[in-house]
Amino acid sequence: MKLLQCPINGIRPLSEFTYGGEYRDMPDPDTCTDKEWAAYVHYRNGAPGLKKEWWYHGPSGTWFIAERDTMTDKVSRTYIAGQEEKQ
Amino acid sequence: MPLGLLKYGLSREYPAPRYFRDCTQPKKSYDAVIIGGGGHGLAAAYYLAKDFGITNVAVLEKGYIGGGNTGRNTTIVRSNYLTPEGVNFYDASVKMYEDLSEELDLNLFYSTRGHFTLAHTESAMRTMRWRAEVNKHVGVESYVVGPDEISKACPQLDIQCSGQAPILGALYHAPGSVARHDAVAWGYAKEADRMGVEIFQMTEVTGIDVKSGKVVGVNTNKGYIETNRVLSAVAGFTPRITDMVDVETPIVIHPLQACVSEPMKPWLDTILVSGSLHVYVSQSSRGELVMGSSLDPYEVHSTRSSLDFVEGLTTHITDMFPFLSNVKVVRQWAGMADITPDFAPIMGKTPVEGFYLDAGWGTWGFKATPISGKTMAETIARDMAPDLIKPFRLSRFEDYELTGEKGAASVGH
Repeated sequence: MKLLQCPINGIRPLSEFTYGGEYRDMPDPDTCTDKEWAAYVHYRNGAPGLKKEWWYHGPSGTWFIAERDTMTDKVSRTYIAGQEEKQ
Repeated sequence: MPLGLLKYGLSREYPAPRYFRDCTQPKKSYDAVIIGGGGHGLAAAYYLAKDFGITNVAVLEKGYIGGGNTGRNTTIVRSNYLTPEGVNFYDASVKMYEDLSEELDLNLFYSTRGHFTLAHTESAMRTMRWRAEVNKHVGVESYVVGPDEISKACPQLDIQCSGQAPILGALYHAPGSVARHDAVAWGYAKEADRMGVEIFQMTEVTGIDVKSGKVVGVNTNKGYIETNRVLSAVAGFTPRITDMVDVETPIVIHPLQACVSEPMKPWLDTILVSGSLHVYVSQSSRGELVMGSSLDPYEVHSTRSSLDFVEGLTTHITDMFPFLSNVKVVRQWAGMADITPDFAPIMGKTPVEGFYLDAGWGTWGFKATPISGKTMAETIARDMAPDLIKPFRLSRFEDYELTGEKGAASVGH
């Protein structure tokens, strides 16, 4: 069974978690071009590497960030968004 | 053929001809370079040579031919999709498959079995009716059947699914077939090679040389090759190739797993799919049950398989066929599926002149091998995509003209 560290609840089985996609900054819809907005909506960084991702712990309703290498599937750390420095 | 076999038996030396030449060092330049020696890339090479007389072509494969997703799928060929553009496209592919053994002079074990997509809920029945109507509209033989007809075609199936998810009906698709997938790659390789195409195995592309928006060559582990036309047909490796030319795509990579059971006497002569139970199953000509499921839930660039997958899949398979509880799984594997947001491929030209893309094949690539090869060959030869694949152009995302295809194997209904 794969395990994942929830920043609130500690190590839990992976089946309790949902993947939320890569963490990405949203462009300002008022100032960006249509092309930039379409790229934000549709395009993804599909190449392998160390990525910041959204994950969700279902039983406790916690969204958090995991830094994971998508080639090896190894998670290097997890933290609540915005609380990176406290870790 | 029996006489041919006799020749093999009596010969002191092994007289079987090689399927394709053992090319090791690429030439200095080619008219076109195809990255990826899977079914799609080899088919494109074959149709470039056959339809357009372009034979100065190199196919570069970083492993061995047909060793990627061509050899990892569950070999189902069908066209009962949901959108008219999808159905038209896959129907053209099914029709090509029907004559392909003859054309490639190689037995692909193409076997038309009929294909049932089972519905366990009213909402799934609604989707089946929708798909049946779209299919009929474009002339594909699909219709909705009830539990009695399913039982008649497959008496071993527990219609109640152990009481967990009773089957209400199914979408029946008469042309649904299975084929030997590696034979498809080898058949295309053999005929492409015969017409002069050069196939390089263990040859990895490390970079693509672009000058003022045009492709001028590719870097490989066997040196630099000049060319102004490059086709990328690399499925799960697509983002790594598109990064070389700075082309953005929506493709993300999820593993797709499958497994086979130990061989049994033939008992399952149809193909069964259940979107709700995330299962598709058919029996191969070797007697193994070939079983697949939906995508792994998050991005990983690896072909490792997991226990979670077999546990989940076999739970559902034994709901459908309780008597299989004693049958063993003998082999499991995974492929890297290149998934698009609208479950349709990305085919045709890109913002980089001379760089063509045949990607986004996710869980629906094998069945499209002949038609994608043919249409991509035309795209490369004429530098213009034929009408059949225009709905699948890369620019559809910037134009917000997605296809809305939900007939893919990975989609639950």
